[in-house]
Amino acid sequence: MDQTLKKQLEITACKVRMGIIEGVFNAKSGHPGGSLSVADLLTYLYFHKMHVDPKNPKMADRDRLVLSKGHTAPALYSVLAQRGFFEVDELKTLRKIGSRLQGHPDMKHIPGVDMSTGSLGQGISAACGIALSGKISCDNYKVYAVLGDGEIEEGQVWEAAMFAAHNKLDNLVAIVDNNGLQIDGKITEVCSPMPITDKFEAFGWHVITMNAHDFNDIERAFDEAEKINGQPVAIIQKSVKGKGVSFMENQVGWHGTAPNAEQYEQAMSELKAQLEKLEG
Amino acid sequence: MADVIKKATRESYGEALAELSNEYPDLIVLDADLAAATKTGIFKKACPERFFDCGIAEANMMGVAAGIASTGKKVFASSFAMFAAGRAFEIVRNSIGYPHLNVKIGATHAGISVGEDGATHQCNEDIALMRTIPGMTIINPADDVEAKAAVKAALDFEGPVYMRFGRLAVPVFNDKETYKFELGKGVQLRDGNDVTIIATGLMVNEALIAAETLASEGIKARVINIHTIKPLDKDIVIKAAQETGVIVTAEEHSVIGGLGGAVAETVTESCPVPVIKVGVNDVFGHSGPAVDLLKEFGLCAENIVAKVKEAVKLKK
Repeated sequence: MDQTLKKQLEITACKVRMGIIEGVFNAKSGHPGGSLSVADLLTYLYFHKMHVDPKNPKMADRDRLVLSKGHTAPALYSVLAQRGFFEVDELKTLRKIGSRLQGHPDMKHIPGVDMSTGSLGQGISAACGIALSGKISCDNYKVYAVLGDGEIEEGQVWEAAMFAAHNKLDNLVAIVDNNGLQIDGKITEVCSPMPITDKFEAFGWHVITMNAHDFNDIERAFDEAEKINGQPVAIIQKSVKGKGVSFMENQVGWHGTAPNAEQYEQAMSELKAQLEKLEG
Repeated sequence: MADVIKKATRESYGEALAELSNEYPDLIVLDADLAAATKTGIFKKACPERFFDCGIAEANMMGVAAGIASTGKKVFASSFAMFAAGRAFEIVRNSIGYPHLNVKIGATHAGISVGEDGATHQCNEDIALMRTIPGMTIINPADDVEAKAAVKAALDFEGPVYMRFGRLAVPVFNDKETYKFELGKGVQLRDGNDVTIIATGLMVNEALIAAETLASEGIKARVINIHTIKPLDKDIVIKAAQETGVIVTAEEHSVIGGLGGAVAETVTESCPVPVIKVGVNDVFGHSGPAVDLLKEFGLCAENIVAKVKEAVKLKK
């Protein structure tokens, strides 16, 4: 990846993380851990990969993204705001009465949200439907579905996995955010969905693994995905829950907890320091 | 009486999809390994390139339908009522209902008249389940003519629609030359001021037979067909309550949450009169021939007559 582009994406991802913390802190609730783990992925997709237009969010030939792990809406909202779909300041209204920024993505009201999600396991099916529709009418758009590694414990995910491979949906890329943690603990201790790679391969998908926090590796994975014909692609991204905020990293407790004022200050000062270093 | 033509509304459903396939070139039909039974197989034969079998995976099928609808195409998702409304309920609520996507659900084999398959497949709860989803339209046609017209009306309507069809061949009483389907409008089939029978689905024909019997005994029953259970035609229901003073509802569905529930909720708010319900009385069904089961569970003209006689005694 071009070094200037890489730096620019890193700067944007840092701002996205700040937006996540801002939103969840103001809401006094929400899911920072899994939002931070997909911040780099969503930044890459919306700022480099996807064909979207913030001025025309319903553009017919746009690429679509379904955030199947809908609880990490703060990350999606923050990326959409940075990309210009709405004002960054609106992130402070997250989860508040009267706000468009519902606790989970609402396609009816938020510009740039392609599917309402939140109940785990459902988004991947909708993504299959969007991809199938594109195949039927020979549209060129791509569909990206982002799932949690805990989410894939839902049986519906595997119904969808079967359907996507059967219908050769090579315009569909599912990204599994493998941060290893879910609400009740480590995914391997709650009710292990491992091995993830083997499962998707057995279901007929082309599987790629990538480092979720290295834009060079993200680019490598999506370049490979682009070359696959005749089958859907699953990218298993090895990520760190809470990535970017030291005290949230790899801590299951930060799945669905908002920082208090002191923690907010610390998180923001860490992210500001990272941003200054990147911009320096 | 001339020979009565009988036809299952699932047949009407499958035929209507095929007949409308040219008029609606972006119509996609999904099924979950029941195309031969739901009769979407008729559409599949006509338009194989627009038919997709999702396998025995109803949850995913509803999500796929939501995704297709989000791209602007028309889509029907089909299965038995038990699985479409029951198993896939939460997907219908969250992936279709909440974003108010333009998905039509074709649910066949509704009610006790599934017959021999027994309780696991006799869905008497689907109307109740679907009624609780904000913005969901529910259509339960009474015969072949109405079912076909309803499929077209649903395709022309923007928003989620749950359509209920039956397995059993039932009398065709509407005239296809003159019949007009109006979404959300009840149809008064017979006038009378002693009592109103409000029926839906295969119970509409039973209500007409019951009204005939009652007339011979001096009770003039008004008969109303409610094909659109949601949104309910409140005007026709309230007018009936005001003018006849007592209502008997008849449906092949649980007495909890279906047409009877909707009618009772409406009259208690606007014009309280007694509402007596003919339906499945909060019990599971069991195996047996459909026609025998309908009689056993009181889903027949004879029971409507008996309930009407009880009901008129409650009039003030």
